[in-house]
Amino acid sequence: MSKATEPNTESEGVIESVSGPVVTAVDLEAPMNDVVYVGHEGLMGEVIEIEGNVTTIQVYEETSGVSPGEPVESTGAPLSVDLGPGMLDSIYDGVQRPLDELQEKMDSAFLDRGVDAPGIDLEATWEFTPTVEVGDAVGNTDIVGTVPETESIDHKVMVPPDSLPEGETAEITAVESGRFTVEETVAELETGDEIQMRQQWPVRQARPTVDKQTPTEPLTSGQRILDGLFPLAKGGTAAIPGPFGSGKTVAQQSLAKFADADIVVYIGCGERGNEMTEVIDDFPELPDPQTGNALMARTCLIANTSNMPVAARESCVYTGITIAEFYRDMGYDVALMADSTSRWAEAMREISSRLEEMPGEEGYPAYLAARLSEFYERAGYFENINGTEGSVSVIGAVSPPGGDFSEPVTQNTLRIVKTFWALDSDLAERRHFPAINWNESYSLYRDQLDPWFVENVAENWPEQRQWAIDVLDEEAELQEIVQLVGKDALPEDQQLTLEVARFLKEAWLQQNALDDVDQDCPPWKTHQILGVIKSFHDEAFDALDAGVPVDEITGIDAVPRLNRTGTVPDDEASAFIEELETDITEQLRSLY
Amino acid sequence: MKEYKTITEISGPLVFVETDEPIGYDELVEIETPNGETRRGQVLDSSSDHVAIQTFEGTSGIDRNSSVRFLGETMKMPVTEDLLGRVLDGSGDPIDDGPEIVPEERRDIVGAAINPYAREYPEEFIQTGISAIDGMNTLVRGQKLPIFSGSGLPHNDIALQIARQATVPEESDDGDEDSEFAVIFGAMGITAEEANEFMDDFERTGALERSVVFMNLADDPAVERTVTPRLALTTAEYLAFDKGYQVLVILTDMTNYCEALREIGAAREEVPGRRGYPGYMYTDLASLYERAGRIKGLKGSVTQIPILTMPSDDITHPIPDLTGYITEGQIMVDRDLNSQGIQPPVDVLPSLSRLMDDGIGEGLTRADHGDVADQLFAAYAEGEDLRDLVNIVGREALSDRDNRFLDFADRFEETFIQQGYGTDRDIEDTLSAGWELLSMLPTEELNRVDEEFIEQYYHEDGERVEATADD
Repeated sequence: MSKATEPNTESEGVIESVSGPVVTAVDLEAPMNDVVYVGHEGLMGEVIEIEGNVTTIQVYEETSGVSPGEPVESTGAPLSVDLGPGMLDSIYDGVQRPLDELQEKMDSAFLDRGVDAPGIDLEATWEFTPTVEVGDAVGNTDIVGTVPETESIDHKVMVPPDSLPEGETAEITAVESGRFTVEETVAELETGDEIQMRQQWPVRQARPTVDKQTPTEPLTSGQRILDGLFPLAKGGTAAIPGPFGSGKTVAQQSLAKFADADIVVYIGCGERGNEMTEVIDDFPELPDPQTGNALMARTCLIANTSNMPVAARESCVYTGITIAEFYRDMGYDVALMADSTSRWAEAMREISSRLEEMPGEEGYPAYLAARLSEFYERAGYFENINGTEGSVSVIGAVSPPGGDFSEPVTQNTLRIVKTFWALDSDLAERRHFPAINWNESYSLYRDQLDPWFVENVAENWPEQRQWAIDVLDEEAELQEIVQLVGKDALPEDQQLTLEVARFLKEAWLQQNALDDVDQDCPPWKTHQILGVIKSFHDEAFDALDAGVPVDEITGIDAVPRLNRTGTVPDDEASAFIEELETDITEQLRSLY
Repeated sequence: MKEYKTITEISGPLVFVETDEPIGYDELVEIETPNGETRRGQVLDSSSDHVAIQTFEGTSGIDRNSSVRFLGETMKMPVTEDLLGRVLDGSGDPIDDGPEIVPEERRDIVGAAINPYAREYPEEFIQTGISAIDGMNTLVRGQKLPIFSGSGLPHNDIALQIARQATVPEESDDGDEDSEFAVIFGAMGITAEEANEFMDDFERTGALERSVVFMNLADDPAVERTVTPRLALTTAEYLAFDKGYQVLVILTDMTNYCEALREIGAAREEVPGRRGYPGYMYTDLASLYERAGRIKGLKGSVTQIPILTMPSDDITHPIPDLTGYITEGQIMVDRDLNSQGIQPPVDVLPSLSRLMDDGIGEGLTRADHGDVADQLFAAYAEGEDLRDLVNIVGREALSDRDNRFLDFADRFEETFIQQGYGTDRDIEDTLSAGWELLSMLPTEELNRVDEEFIEQYYHEDGERVEATADD
């Protein structure tokens, strides 16, 4: 939605008062959630409350200098996004204005006010190839043709989901191939409807589908601890809460880079400017691990940094998920990262307190839980109306104040999401990354995903994982004793368990996000590394039973190589691990 | 200009006035008291028939007959290169008896956000001459790295040491002469005594020449504190992005700034957030901290070191907590180290510089820097853990390996962290000090350092550490 594409405004009101991002106007005829333009500069805003003749508006731009008496215009449409080819490889602010274009239009490195730009380029032309013929019957969201949007992704042009009455079809009366702009008609229906590549959809409303299904396929992440212990399903929801400095953003970025999704929508919601710049600089350079093309070719970035207007921060998660749903409708698996949902909740709180609403817990509005669950419910594995299947997986970072997970945003999020990756500042302080605490985290998808892992990776996947969990559990208990009496006071078998747990942590759970190889670990490698640690464990306990002291067991030449397995390139890894396994067995057996 | 004598209510720092024309949000206001004094303020809330004004200098002396003038513009900072070497008060007026400042331009103090697309990612090393920072939590140009401290801790000494010593090492640059440094010092609510210390030090060391000082003292109006950092940052942006300076902004003490925010919030009867601080404090702090950075195609940079004292050393208090979520790391000043006499008492374990990894290494500092820092972290963390254990079981009960790490931790504090406020260590000195320490450990324990570096820098004889003085 942008003024550039919606020149016709309908009703006019007058500003009555201004207080930060909240403006009230009188005599404005606009329904709830309609977009309005405020003041002489035409600042974009949204109606959030109507009381008698007074309409309250949240403004998506800085309001310094705006005075009562200035006009307010209504557009007669709710906050919407432009959907069409060109969204990938783009970087938007919270209301889908392309940041690169804003910089050009403002001719400044700083964000000015009242400048607008359409979400997708209206001038660019795209090569349209029809997939239907004249006479074919099509229904809502049916695909009528494709456009090569980027080198990685074919954009499917669909009938808008609200063009025909539900369940009905209409015949195509005209369809053309060739190069078109997003506003030119590429097909016509017998009803007279014209289909363009560009659609609009209100951000606060989920795009319709037929059915939500139980996800059975994992969204593999390239992160050993996630795939190995706490997997996320395609269409699943996950939360990453953690205090500052515990690596939330690095974890989110790793997921954005290595998750096996077709499309990634990355929302930087109220976070640091320099971090967004890192993403903007890095993603075009990095190869997509699946296609080898630039990562940006499958990515849409939404950046609303912490100093950008607070109301746009509130809307940016909706902008993001609507874009995600659009690609889902095409049959793609979409992963959406929101960093951080706490900033979104805080934006709600800020607006709510300006409206002088009765606060709920810790000043958050009483509807916090409802908004969070509404948002996460838009994730899922869906059967689309056009018969394709697609998914939206949502991974939300949470920034609990003081690292205290009992605060409202974390708690309300945990009630909804099924995967919980708890970041831990103690681990981060030890430079154990990813600093995900294996004792506190959980995934409720484990059981429903096991069949996939068994079929596609290894038959003993579930058993081996359970073994790792058992060792780590035992280690946690033993550590409590060690804290009291020291390690040397433990019996030898327990000391050996601690050593094995150390390898689990160092060689398997830890992963170096800065190492070119180690940063992305495919599931088979995750499984093999765990496998070699397990065989070390089995052989080591045999040796211990035969009377070999722990020092000698852990002192064998092959052991230091365990910690290096993660950095061995994928094509050599199998051989390396196999050789390591043989060496461990031989060296341990030679001790007794 | 129209004058109003229609004040309806005065409460704390706020004045409510009835008006008959529209007044812009954030607009500047002058209020003249019956005895002729002029107070300044800013519109906080504006509706068609009345406005709420936040006064910078307090409301005492203002009565319902005072006259109110609306200046028709938002607050501006007069900027010019001549500001360097000057001392201003918290509202930007000179207090050093120097010549009048002729501004080149007047800039809105509510800076616009930098378009993330136009930012340049920070990756150039700033040498502070402090090992705990350069070696372990490296600062880079365009970063915002706060110092988290507590009452009674020497954060001011650290700030002064940084202000004095900060440089951009020549060899890390591409040779051009663009590394001119400027320091902007924004003091909010510091005591007159502290202010004198700062000024004496600035004058004595000649640092004043390259500095602009903004002073809001403890007995200056609290509301003015909400303006001081914005004046400082507006000046910083001008010097950096228009004049090409590498600007370091030191803001002290952010805790006082947040208290002022809370005071205004309470006076406006806003719904309070955690501990009475306003719900928009995150956004407000972000609008300051995010003004650090670099811009593509421009020479200069704005680097920020905000200082805050954590109430009762509590890092989960809303002020350090929200700050930590916005800034790119933090430097922690530690009470125990301070009582041991370590100068500067920086605890490196909870400290962090998020931008460090991109700012160090070959061509920037030295190729082994990352590995050395990692290894020092790991070994010191292990030593720290063992200290808890020693308290329970005693040193004798520990293995040789554990004892070695305990010694390492002690030595690390005594020779690496400890350096004195007067010592400027360049990055080579810092890394050599690091290697002296690592040489206390057997090479097998150095699992985070590349073998090539071990060969190059490791001393076989760990005892040599004894000989190194903390120069």
